Amino acid sequence: MVTAPHLAREAKRRRELITPEGLALNLTIASRGARAGAIILDFILIHVTMLVVTLLLMYLAFGVFGVSGMSAGGPLELLAVVWLIMMFLFRYAYFLYFELGPRGATPGKRITGIRIAARDGGRLTAEAVIARNLLRDIELFLPLVLVAGAQSGDGGLAGLAALAWFAIFMTFPFFNRDAMRAGDLVAGTFVVEAPGRRREGALDVSRAALGQEAAQGSHGYRFGEAELAVYGEYELQVLERILRDNRADAMVQVAETICAKIGWTAGRGDERAFLEAFYAQLRARLESDLRFGKRKADKHAMSQ
Amino acid sequence: MALLDFFRRRKAGAAPDLDAAALRSDRFRLERQGDWQRLEAIVARLEAGRLRRISDDDLLALPALYRMAASSLAIARETTLDAATLNYLEALVQRAWFQLYGTRSSLGSWLRRFFGGGWSEAVRAITPDVLIALAAMVAGTLVGWLLVSGDPHWFHALVPGEFGGQRAPGASADSLRSTIFGDQQGTTGLSAFAAYLFGNNTKVAILAFALGFAFGVPSILLLIHNMALLGAMLWLFDGAGLGTDFIAWLSVHGTTELFAILLAGGAGIHVGRNMAFPGNRSILAAAAQSGRRAAIVMTGVVVMLMVAAFLEGFVRQLVNVTPARFAIGGAMLAFWIAYFYLLRRRPAMGAD
Repeated sequence: MVTAPHLAREAKRRRELITPEGLALNLTIASRGARAGAIILDFILIHVTMLVVTLLLMYLAFGVFGVSGMSAGGPLELLAVVWLIMMFLFRYAYFLYFELGPRGATPGKRITGIRIAARDGGRLTAEAVIARNLLRDIELFLPLVLVAGAQSGDGGLAGLAALAWFAIFMTFPFFNRDAMRAGDLVAGTFVVEAPGRRREGALDVSRAALGQEAAQGSHGYRFGEAELAVYGEYELQVLERILRDNRADAMVQVAETICAKIGWTAGRGDERAFLEAFYAQLRARLESDLRFGKRKADKHAMSQ
Repeated sequence: MALLDFFRRRKAGAAPDLDAAALRSDRFRLERQGDWQRLEAIVARLEAGRLRRISDDDLLALPALYRMAASSLAIARETTLDAATLNYLEALVQRAWFQLYGTRSSLGSWLRRFFGGGWSEAVRAITPDVLIALAAMVAGTLVGWLLVSGDPHWFHALVPGEFGGQRAPGASADSLRSTIFGDQQGTTGLSAFAAYLFGNNTKVAILAFALGFAFGVPSILLLIHNMALLGAMLWLFDGAGLGTDFIAWLSVHGTTELFAILLAGGAGIHVGRNMAFPGNRSILAAAAQSGRRAAIVMTGVVVMLMVAAFLEGFVRQLVNVTPARFAIGGAMLAFWIAYFYLLRRRPAMGAD
């Protein structure tokens, strides 16, 4: 369907997801780089928090309450055990709390603009979130331990075999189209770009509708059938962006290009009115074609 | 935020100048953008977790607003070439969809359902796999015993050097006795606990689960190998006439710990078996469905391993006589069995 290469690259990471209402949503698979960045940010955050809390507790114990030394047995030892459990659970709690929250993303994921979603378009369940987080340890930490172990050669042949097995886990995201890690596969989730973070995500209410004079050419700029037929939807959207950015030098250049293409002589000083009129009439023409089921993706496409 | 709300209401109040619009798609946008923005404001508050700041009217209108935006998007895709409006609508509908079909339960309410029956239900659901794991563990113990009783050299192959310590063939009954009774020098409760928690058995449990992906076969092998170690130990202590005492010593934390390993192995086998025999589902769907159930079981395994660590670190050193050790271990076993198989409520916590 898509003919132009600039659209094909985008389409590779596009996934269509059918909601229970029957509407197809276009989700974009998060890049592996964004995901790696998110996990690194999360781990920095987790460890800084653990360090700060631990130092604070030690300050309270030794500085304020004046506990002297680490005597074996006694209440302090029990507290130390409680602390050990807390630190052990903190990492899990961190991921579960944030991924079960309304944004479906840890702080690291939010910063990199990604979130998790159910692969089948249904509800994201707590079990799915837990499953994908339990497997993270197996994918990420056991392999790192084994890599360290394999170098010293302690594990022998079994160690190497285990290393190969976990290497499969670790490189899992690179071998499937959806960049799922094993945890995603088991949980039935994937990681997508969070919506509404792009610049175009905001609706400009104050943006006026295209006026009658621009659309009907009462400015004096009136384009014929053949002149409007040279461009398609992609060029229309580029033009829309140029008009929104409102940069004088870009508009001059684009106006000259259009004039050269349709065989007009470029004027000077009135580029914005010219471009607005061309945009309005091109859109009116393409949209009326659309209502009859005719689409023209870009200037290379034959109108059909 | 308050200022923006004020601003929005003023805007929505003013009737958009429909007549000035030349294009149908612009009129389409002007007619509906008030509703879209109302939906956007509600979704933004949902995302921020500020549920209390949403008025009842807004909450009641949310499903209708969502469907309206969704149908607007479906129409806009076919009629408008205004990229700004299309992108806005795509993002808005996605955000609203994520909120309406997001997770229903917070971590707290999930934990309540988990301990209140969801966990035991998941354990019951994988009963066949737990039985397979149990068979593997029993077989492993027997194999360990038989191998070592046939040829004591097998002991060193089965038990890693640093693990056995003074527990090796040829050790005197007194030195063996000292390992299971009395103070264990140099190990306080804390260090025993820490060594345990990050030690061998947690790794075995996680491995038994993780290896399930290769259709469960490595899980079974791992269970057999680890239980062969136990069988060898049993043979050693039994030879010194300490068989009963060893079992009692082990049972304090062992009933909980071995149960946890059993469940972890069962969870791994469950995933592997469903991937090998997915039935009418696709392999991916089967993996996802069984994986979610296995995740519930594994969450419980983590809890059990911590209980076992507590028992091993503290209780086992305080209680130094065989009958009392049996009582504690037996009570724990009875508790787990009762909890998993007798607590039958029907919580809504399935894998699907």
